[in-house]
Amino acid sequence: MTHTLTSRPSTLLDQVIADTPGKAMNLKACLQCGTCAGSCPSGPDMDYSPRAIFAMLEAGMDEQVLKSNTPWFCVSCYHCMVRCPQEIPITDIMYTLKRRAIAAGYYREPSQENAAEFSETFCDFVENSGRSFELGIAMRYHLRHHPLGAVKMATGMGMKMLSRGRMDITPTRIKNIDQLKSILKKAKELGGEE
Amino acid sequence: MSDIKESPAGQERVGVYVCHCGSNIAGTINVDEVSKWIESNPNVVVSRHYEFMCSSTGQELIEKDIKEKGLTRVVVASCSPHMHEKTFREATQRGGLNPFLFEMANIREHDSWATNNKEAATTKAKALVNAAVERVVHHVPLEKIPVDINPNTMIVGGGIAGITAALELAEAGHHVYLVEREGTIGGHMAQIDKTFPTLDCSACILTPKMVDVGQNDNITLLTYSEVESVDGYIGNFNITVRKKARCVDEELCTSCGICEEKCPQKVLDDNYGAGISYRKAIYRAFPQAVPGYPVLDKENCTYFQTGKCKVCEKVCPTSAIDYEQEDQLINFNVGNIILATGYDLFDARRIPQYGYGRLANVFTSLQFERMVNASGPTGGHIVLRDGVTEPESIAIVHCVGSRDQNYNEYCSKVCCMYSLKFAHLVHEHLPEAEVYNYYIDMRTPGKGYEEFYHRLLKEGTHFIRGKVAEITDADRKPGEEGKLIVQAENTLLGIQQRNAVDMVILSSGIQARHDAEEVSKLFKMGCDYDGFFNERHPKLAPVSTMTDGIFIAGACQGPKDIPDTVAQGGAAASQVAKLISQGTVMMEPVRASIREDECSGCRICNNLCPYNAIEFDEEKKVSHVVTALCQGCGTCVAACPSGVIDGAHFTNTQVLAELKGILWDVEADVPAMEEV
Amino acid sequence: MKYGYYPGCSLEKNARAYHVSTMAVAKPLGIEFVEVDDWNCCGATEMIAIEKIPAYALVSRNLALAAKQNGSTNLVAPCSACYLNLKKVDHYLAENKQLKEKVDQALEAGGLSYQPGTINVQHLLETIAVDIGYEAIKEKVVKPLYNLRVAPYYGCLVPRPANMERFDDPEHPTSLDKIIKNLGATVIDFPLKAQCCGGHMTQISENTALELIRRLLKNAADYEADMIATLCPMCQLNLDAYQDAVNAHFGTNYKIPVVYFTQLMGLAFGIPANELGFGKEIVSAQPALDKITEEAPKPVRTRERGKQHTELPMPTQAEEE
Repeated sequence: MTHTLTSRPSTLLDQVIADTPGKAMNLKACLQCGTCAGSCPSGPDMDYSPRAIFAMLEAGMDEQVLKSNTPWFCVSCYHCMVRCPQEIPITDIMYTLKRRAIAAGYYREPSQENAAEFSETFCDFVENSGRSFELGIAMRYHLRHHPLGAVKMATGMGMKMLSRGRMDITPTRIKNIDQLKSILKKAKELGGEE
Repeated sequence: MSDIKESPAGQERVGVYVCHCGSNIAGTINVDEVSKWIESNPNVVVSRHYEFMCSSTGQELIEKDIKEKGLTRVVVASCSPHMHEKTFREATQRGGLNPFLFEMANIREHDSWATNNKEAATTKAKALVNAAVERVVHHVPLEKIPVDINPNTMIVGGGIAGITAALELAEAGHHVYLVEREGTIGGHMAQIDKTFPTLDCSACILTPKMVDVGQNDNITLLTYSEVESVDGYIGNFNITVRKKARCVDEELCTSCGICEEKCPQKVLDDNYGAGISYRKAIYRAFPQAVPGYPVLDKENCTYFQTGKCKVCEKVCPTSAIDYEQEDQLINFNVGNIILATGYDLFDARRIPQYGYGRLANVFTSLQFERMVNASGPTGGHIVLRDGVTEPESIAIVHCVGSRDQNYNEYCSKVCCMYSLKFAHLVHEHLPEAEVYNYYIDMRTPGKGYEEFYHRLLKEGTHFIRGKVAEITDADRKPGEEGKLIVQAENTLLGIQQRNAVDMVILSSGIQARHDAEEVSKLFKMGCDYDGFFNERHPKLAPVSTMTDGIFIAGACQGPKDIPDTVAQGGAAASQVAKLISQGTVMMEPVRASIREDECSGCRICNNLCPYNAIEFDEEKKVSHVVTALCQGCGTCVAACPSGVIDGAHFTNTQVLAELKGILWDVEADVPAMEEV
Repeated sequence: MKYGYYPGCSLEKNARAYHVSTMAVAKPLGIEFVEVDDWNCCGATEMIAIEKIPAYALVSRNLALAAKQNGSTNLVAPCSACYLNLKKVDHYLAENKQLKEKVDQALEAGGLSYQPGTINVQHLLETIAVDIGYEAIKEKVVKPLYNLRVAPYYGCLVPRPANMERFDDPEHPTSLDKIIKNLGATVIDFPLKAQCCGGHMTQISENTALELIRRLLKNAADYEADMIATLCPMCQLNLDAYQDAVNAHFGTNYKIPVVYFTQLMGLAFGIPANELGFGKEIVSAQPALDKITEEAPKPVRTRERGKQHTELPMPTQAEEE
C-alpha cells in the first residue's frame, strides 16, 4: 500500500517508502545535502553514493538504482542515519533496496560482487538448522565465487581459527527446528512487499 | 445561574445578511435558502444575501437598512470574526447603532470550508444563523474603555535593535529607559569585525550610535541591569529593575582604565571574547563601552573570593571603587515595552563529529570574528590555536546546527553571508591561503548579497557543495598528518572527498536566548516552537505581540541580519510612537466584572486569573476585576461558585440563547436532516 | 540480579572467549544469566536483505521464547548485531501495526506469540555500565591493569542508530572508556573508536573491508595502544583474524591484540587468564599483558612551566571528567 494521493501507479520511490519501517516518508524531504555520502565508510567503493541513489529514485531511474552495487556495499554502520538532517532512515532503506533488487532479479551485476548470494547462502543455513555455520557458508560461497581465494584463506586464517578452537567443523541444530521452519514458511507466505 | 429570558418577541428588529463570499460559501451552502428560512424567526425584519458583504456596497446595505428600516440589531453570516468582525461592527456604528449590537455567524471556516456535503452545510448554516439571531437580541450596548498611555517607554536589550528603537523614540521627544544586562550596550554587533556585504567596520558604524544613546537626555541608560518584575497593562506598566552592583561609583569614575590595567586576575572571557580571549576581574568588555564604567565580576574577583587583593581600590585616582556597593531596585512607570534581547550562538559542542572542543584548530564563527578583529586577542592576525602559526588552508563549514532536525530545523539566515565574509577576510589577511566553503545551498537574498557571492567566486574561494560529514585528526595517508581532515561528499561531482586543512571555522546558527522562555513569562507573552518570541502575525504584525503594549524587535523574534534588525527596531519604535501620539487607546469592552454587593469574598477567582487581573479589597472583603488587565478569557466567570461575575458580551443569557438557537430543530420538534 | 541471556551464534565458538569471560565476571558482579532456551540465529545483517517478514519472524521467535521463560524481562545480548536486531524488531513491531500483524501470524504458525515492549533488550555493555555501575566495578578490582594502554573500540551497532534510546553518545561514546579506566588501565581516547570495522564486507569485497580495518589499526597504533578492547564478535574477528591480511595487503606491521572488554574485567578481578579465553586470539595478547605493572604509572606533565604561553584558550568540554 502506497501513500500517494494521486491515482498514478506507484514508483519505486513510493514502494521503498512504504516498505521501510520508521520515518521513511522523510525520504521525500531529502535536501541532497550529501551528509550520508560524506559519512559513508564504503562510499568511495559504491557506484553511486547514497545521496545520488536518492536523487535517482526521485528521478525514477529505477533500473539503474536496483542494478547498482550501492545497497550491497552498505556496511550498516548507521553513521548516515544518525547524522541525516532530515532524519531519513537511510540504512533501513538500503536493506529495502537489497530486497527490491533481489525481487526484481537485478542482483547478479558484476559490481554487486555476489553480495546477494552471500546473504542467501547464510540464510539457507539458518533456515535449515536455526544457527549460522561459518565454515559451511564460507565453503559454499567462496568455493563458488573465488575458489583460489578460498583456498588461500582456508590454509591461512582458516587453519589459525581451527587451531584455536574458534570454528565449528559441523553445524549446530536447534531442538525445535520444526517450529522455526513452520514460522518461516508462514512468514514467507505473508511476505511480499506492500 | 440566571434564567433564560424569553426573547421579547417582536421588540428587537434584526437585520440578517448572508454572504456568498464568491463561491467560498455559496458554492457549498444554499445562501438563498438560508436567508429565506431565517425570515421565519419572529425577531428578523430584514433578511438578505449578497456576494461580498465586506465590500463597500455590502457594508452600505447594513447602514442603509439600519437607517431606513429602523433596525436595532445586525447579524452577518459570513467568514470568521478574525477577518471582518471589526469591519461589520464599524458599519453598524456608521449606521447609527452601538457596534456591539452586532453578531457574526461563521458559516465559512466553520461550515462551507469544513465539508463538501451541501445538504449538511446548509442545515448547519441555518442553525448558526439562528443562533446568532437568538443571541443578538440579548446584546446590550457596550463602550470601549479608554486607557491613557504613559509616554515613557522601556526597551529591554541594548544591542543594535534596542539602540535603534531607543534613538527613534528619544529623538521624537519621548523618554526611554534602556535596560541592558551587560555592563555596556552594543550587543553582538560589537563583537563583529566587518559587516556584510559592504565590509563596513562594525564598531565604526555602531559606536556613534552608542555614543548618541549615552548622550541623549531622553534616554535613561540602565546597564548591568535586569528587569525583575512587570506589572500592569498597556499604557500603564509598573516596572522594577535590578541594577546590579558593579562596585564602581558612577559619579566618581572617569573611565581612565587603570583599575583594569592593574588588576592581577585574568578571567576567560566567554562572553564578549567568545572564549578565545581573557579579560580582568574588573573590566570593560571593550574600550568603546558605553557607559565607560567598568564592572567588577565578584565571582572571579580575588578579593571577593579570598579576601585578599584590593589593588583596584588602591590605584583608582578618584576612589571610585566601592566594594560595599549593593544592588539597587529601581521602580518606574512606562506605557509600552520593546523587547530587543537578541540571540545566542548555537553550541557547536552538540555536534561531536565536528570536533569543536576536542580538536584545537576548530573555531566558531564568533571566535573567528574576535580573532580577525584588530582589537582582538591576536591583534587581528589569523593564527592557529598556538597563537603563532598562520594557517595555509581554512575550511568554512556552513549550516552548523541549522537546517537540521537533530538540532534546529530552521535556516539561520545570516550564516551563508557571514561565511562568505570570512572567506573574503581570509583572502585579505592571508593572500596565499586556500579557502574552502562547504555549503548545501547558497542563500544570498539581500541587497548586494548575490553580488558579494560573485565577488568571492572571483577571489578564488573554493566552493564545495556538500554538508560536512565529519572533521577529524585521524589521518589515513601521508599529507594528512597533523592536519584537520574535512570529509564531505562533493555532491556536484558525486565524490566523497577528504580535505586536509589547517583550520576549520564552524558557521554556527542563531538560537533564541537560553532564558527566552523565562523572559517571555515575565512579560506575559509567548515563545514559538524554536524559542523565539512570538509575533502577533508573521506577515502583517512582525513586531507586535499578542499582549498589547509589548513589542519585539531584532533577533529575539527570529534570525536576521543587521538591516532587518534595524528596520524592526524602527518599526517597533514607530508602533510605540503611534500609541503615545494617540495618547489614549480604546480597549475592547469584553471584560469581566464582579457584582461586588453579591461577592462572598471566597477569593477562588483571585489565583485563577492568568493575567493577575483580580484584586481583593481588604476593607470591603470583596474581589474586584482590574478592567484594563482583564483579557476577557472567562475563567473567573465560570469558576465563581456564587455566579456573581459577569462576562461582558458573554453573559449567561446570551450564551444560553445562542445554544437554544442552535438546537432549533430539537426544540421545535422539526425533523432534523437524516443521519449521515 | 537475573538477566535473560542471548549469546548469539558467534559466542558459541568464534567468540567463545567473550562468552567465557562474561560468565566469569557475572558472579562477582552479582549477575545471574539465564540463557534463552533453544534460541535461534538472529539473522545478522543477512536475513533482512532477503525478505522482511521472515527476517522479523526469525528474531521474534527469540523474543517470544525469552518472554515465555519468565525470570526476567531484561534480555542481554553481548553481540552488537544480535543486540541491534532484537532491539530493532521489538521497536518496529511496536510502531508498525501492519508489520506486527504479519509477524503475529507467522509466530502463531509455530505456536508462539509476542507482545512488543515486553522484553527490554540490553547490550552487555549497557548492563554493566548502567545497571551495575562504574563504582561497583572499581570495588571488585584486585589486580589493576596499571600501565596497559587500552584503546576502547565500540564499533557501530552499540552507539547507533540513536532513535531507539541508546545509552551512550552515537558519535563519541564514553561508557567503555570509563569501565576500562576503572580497571586501572590507561585509556586511549582514539578518534576512530566508533567507526566501522567493515562487518561482513570481508566476505563480499575484501579490499573495502581491509581498508576499513587498516584505518582502525593505524589509529590505535598512532595513539600507541598496547591493546584494543572490543564488545562485538564481528569487530574482534575483523580486527584480529584479518590483521595478517591487512599487513600483507598494505605492507604494514601491526601487532595489536584485540580482546573483549569482559576479558580485561576478569583479569582485573583477579581471575586467571586461561579462564577468560585468553589464547584464543590470533594476535597474541601475552606481550601486552606482560606490560602490566604492580604500581600505577606516574602522571605525565603536559604543560611546561615558565614558558611564555601564546596559545588561545580551548573551550571546556560539556562533560569534563
